Amino acid sequence: MDTAVTAKKKWWAGGYSPFNVNYGKLMMWYFLLSDAFTFGALLISYGTIRFSSPSWPDPNEVFKSFPGMGHANLPLMFVSLMTFILIMSSVTMVLAVHAGHHRDRKAVAKWLAWTIVGGIAFLSCQAWEWTHLYHEGAWWGRNPFANVDGTVASTNFTNFFFTITGFHGLHVTSGVVLNIVILINVLKGTYDDRGHYEMVEKVGLYWHFVDLVWVFVFTCFYLL
Amino acid sequence: MEHTQSSEIIEPVHHDSSTKKIWRTFWILLGITVAEVGLAFLHLETGFPNRMFLNGIFVILTFFKAFYIVAEFMHLGHEIKNLVMTILMPLLLFIWFIVAFLYEGHSWKNMRKDLAPGTKVEAPKAPAAEGHEKHY
Repeated sequence: MDTAVTAKKKWWAGGYSPFNVNYGKLMMWYFLLSDAFTFGALLISYGTIRFSSPSWPDPNEVFKSFPGMGHANLPLMFVSLMTFILIMSSVTMVLAVHAGHHRDRKAVAKWLAWTIVGGIAFLSCQAWEWTHLYHEGAWWGRNPFANVDGTVASTNFTNFFFTITGFHGLHVTSGVVLNIVILINVLKGTYDDRGHYEMVEKVGLYWHFVDLVWVFVFTCFYLL
Repeated sequence: MEHTQSSEIIEPVHHDSSTKKIWRTFWILLGITVAEVGLAFLHLETGFPNRMFLNGIFVILTFFKAFYIVAEFMHLGHEIKNLVMTILMPLLLFIWFIVAFLYEGHSWKNMRKDLAPGTKVEAPKAPAAEGHEKHY
């Protein structure tokens, strides 16, 4: 296989991909780029509204519950756990991609399965958090939390929170579905027949992007 | 077709079969998150560092995390420059996007405050009056 790239080789002369990745992977990157702008637009509109508001609820007052801990005041703890779960599932995804490079079918299946477990765990956490907030009276159009300065807050806070975390949760859900589809294919030996495990890489890119978005959601809603 | 397409792709050379790098990235990400949460608690307990400073640190740390996820987990740091640039250049739009919109939001807040019904408006000064008198 004559694949060595010398300085004289012309990338654009045909026969070689100018980006050195396959079509599918390149298109996944461009999809993620467009998705980054969608999430960016949502987060920036949130920031704009927050900047235009005289006061805003304190996240440490709103997000202070932990499952099974009753009314204990534990700000940030639960969302840190969720962040940890998502980062962990990102690691298992890289390990699956890594195993795919070595065409180690068993290892790919194992790490993909762990990634799916992580994704489902994250979604369960989010479901608990949403349910908890709902029972506290928060929902689209309803905001029981007061502003930091004690004034009554508008529903902007809850509207943005549920819309953006919901949109992210939807991405996690579709990521889990994609991972399951890929896992079935791995177990069926589809990628062994194909000769490469690149599909794992493509779905992996998507999965890491979901983790990336969470990093920003975590900062914008829980830290700032 | 599938085969000709994939055979033209040059496999990255760094097939260091160790998974050390992956775990190193994981520890970095975890460490940054722990640091963020730790700082948030420090602020809750002591009020130090102040809010503006703290938010600045949070944003910087977030970008560090984003860098490690994109460069290592998404492998963009090991792709060729052409690809990296087509992904990163469009993202520069975000700089304008963020600055313009947050400035807009801030301006709205000031207008709401200054122009709210019942707000005492300073009587507009009339410096022109003196000048006019000189004409006559």
